[in-house]
Amino acid sequence: MAQQTTGTAQGAQVARDPRLIVDDGTPRGLLSGALRRLRSGELGSVPVIVGLFVIALVFWTLNDKFLSPQNLSNLTVQIVAVGLMSSGVIMVLLLGEIDLSVGSVAGVCGVVTTVLAVQYDWNEVAAMAAAVVVAALIGVIHGTIFAKVGVPAFVVTLAGLIGWQGAQLYLLGADGTINVPYDGPIGYLTQTYFVPAIGWSIAAAAVVLYAGFTFYGESRRAAAGLPAKSPTEIVARTLLLAVPVLGGVWVLNSYKGVPLAFLIFVGIVVVFDLVLRKTRYGRMVFAVGGNAEAARRAGINVDMVRISVFALASTLSGLGGIMFVSRSFAVNQSTGGGDALMMAIAAAVIGGTSLFGGRGSAYSALLGGLVLGAISSGLFLLQMDSSVRFMITAVVLLVAVILDAVSRRSRRAHARG
Amino acid sequence: MTQPILELSGISKRFGAVQALSDVHFHVHPGEVVALLGDNGAGKSTLVKVIAGVNPADSGVILWEGRPVKVNRPSDAQQLGIATIYQDLALCDNLDIVANLFLGSERTAVGVLDELEMERRAQELLDSLSVRIPSLRVPVASLSGGQRQIIAIARSLLGDPKVVMLDEPTAALGVAQTAQVLDLIERLRDQGLGVILISHNMADVRAVADRAVVLRLGRNAGDFRIEDTSYEEIVAAITGAADNPVSRRSGRAAVPGTEEA
Ligand SMILES: Nc1ncnc2c1ncn2[C@@H]1O[C@H](COP(=O)(O)OP(=O)(O)O)[C@@H](O)[C@H]1O
Ligand SMILES: [Mg+2]
Repeated sequence: MAQQTTGTAQGAQVARDPRLIVDDGTPRGLLSGALRRLRSGELGSVPVIVGLFVIALVFWTLNDKFLSPQNLSNLTVQIVAVGLMSSGVIMVLLLGEIDLSVGSVAGVCGVVTTVLAVQYDWNEVAAMAAAVVVAALIGVIHGTIFAKVGVPAFVVTLAGLIGWQGAQLYLLGADGTINVPYDGPIGYLTQTYFVPAIGWSIAAAAVVLYAGFTFYGESRRAAAGLPAKSPTEIVARTLLLAVPVLGGVWVLNSYKGVPLAFLIFVGIVVVFDLVLRKTRYGRMVFAVGGNAEAARRAGINVDMVRISVFALASTLSGLGGIMFVSRSFAVNQSTGGGDALMMAIAAAVIGGTSLFGGRGSAYSALLGGLVLGAISSGLFLLQMDSSVRFMITAVVLLVAVILDAVSRRSRRAHARG
Repeated sequence: MTQPILELSGISKRFGAVQALSDVHFHVHPGEVVALLGDNGAGKSTLVKVIAGVNPADSGVILWEGRPVKVNRPSDAQQLGIATIYQDLALCDNLDIVANLFLGSERTAVGVLDELEMERRAQELLDSLSVRIPSLRVPVASLSGGQRQIIAIARSLLGDPKVVMLDEPTAALGVAQTAQVLDLIERLRDQGLGVILISHNMADVRAVADRAVVLRLGRNAGDFRIEDTSYEEIVAAITGAADNPVSRRSGRAAVPGTEEA
């Protein structure tokens, strides 16, 4: 299915390299191109999507409540807090670093929100905003110590993991638990569901915008004489997006509607994806993750990129902490503790973001979060406890890391970085 | 002659116990190719990094078009119009060719990367250099050494520099690609750029350089007009002796040097 173009270099039009394999626009051409990329190690999101189907199928076979709209709707809200933390972890992983403090930062921000709102009687929205600012400052501290002083990120954020948990316990004081009202903005965050029309509108808008922008971009490329995706490929890609988006909204609408919390999470993932792929800032993050010295020589302010990424990671963790509080209407000593940190990192890796830096996507947080959420939700339905969940999660994580390492080796063999 | 575009005087640079450069003088005119020669460890790469702002000098003066300037960061050098192609190329393997070409100077339209414009300019640029690469959207890790060198040189030309520094640009290249790079250097000179060329390959130096500046153990050891100077004289300056292993082995042509970063 490969066309070979030949030509002479002398003419006004310089021919493409004859070794270039060009997929033709037919469905068969698209399929063979996709298979070729898979074989050469560009796995992208394919393994995690396959994994998600397998997990869903297994749990549905064991308990058909698993795929009920109610269970799936709850699942989308359950994954939000860790998913937000995971979004932050992805940014740090793209730099080739690690942030071990995301759980503690989530906890301390949950406490800051609650203490301000309940004990100091702040407006709840102001309390949340203040906590997010605190989170950002924490990230700036981590990033500055890492970038300017040169302490390895692993150590800086390990100190953060311990220190901010201490701060959380200190702020909580003797009480140990502070409750928040059910009927305030904090509680509403995870209790609000949109009426079906809104869900449908958002889904339709997303699909139409995607198709429109893709078509516009590809026709501009074609007009400029650059290789462009064929109309068939654009239609195929739009369908690949439309099926899960519209299907998801349909399922959520059959229960209570699209949850606000999940919409916030997906919105943040989409925004981060666009920032990473379409802006100079995102390009800088990938460059620093790929070769920091090259980035520095190209005039990129590497320290600024590093500090800002750690600030973003902490900010997102802070948002995650607020979601924890919202879901349990309380903050306590274990908010953001326990397995939250490990699940956030695992979700990022399971979602397909490389531990080796420079490769990954914001969607890893959503996909990896869904995998881990599905596992815990399914085991909960089967009335199994955390022991089984941890063991299964470990296996899934190992599979993801092995795929990462193997595909990295395969990319090397196929010379694709 | 005209005023030098770039002139350095009294440059010293120390790394811990190593005095890599002491009181080095150097200048390049517009439309001139200056070869920077010296044995391994002579300080050539260090001097390049001083000019490029990667490792600023401990002391010394840098004049740009006759005015004293500070070059403390790579962006200072870039803003003056100094482009550098390093021995270790410094490409981001995870990014594609277009992204690498425009790294640090991406084109944007309404705040968003203008991939179309960048890819079109990249294609034009590579076409003008008669470079053929399978696809501009593959990660640079998939390219051959010569292709990577061309990408690194092409990248430096996007900023319309006035001075281009090349650290061992042909060391890793085959015959055809070396000729291409030398052609490219002559084209740059004809366009009025100052070119600083580090090379161990005397054939390359004789082919394109107008002048050769020799460093030895971090100090100036000679400044020769290529057409008035014999091969032996330059080698003597590099090795520091008229009677040296190279001239004893006369009869053999250029001594190809391979050097690590
Ligand atoms: N970053 C560095 N740290 C310590 N020593 C260095 C550094 N860079 C260069 N040197 C030393 O400075 C001297 C000159 O090196 P260099 O400029 O790379 O030489 P050349 O490029 O002429 O072979 C060598 O002795 C080298 O070991
Ligand atoms: Mg060197």
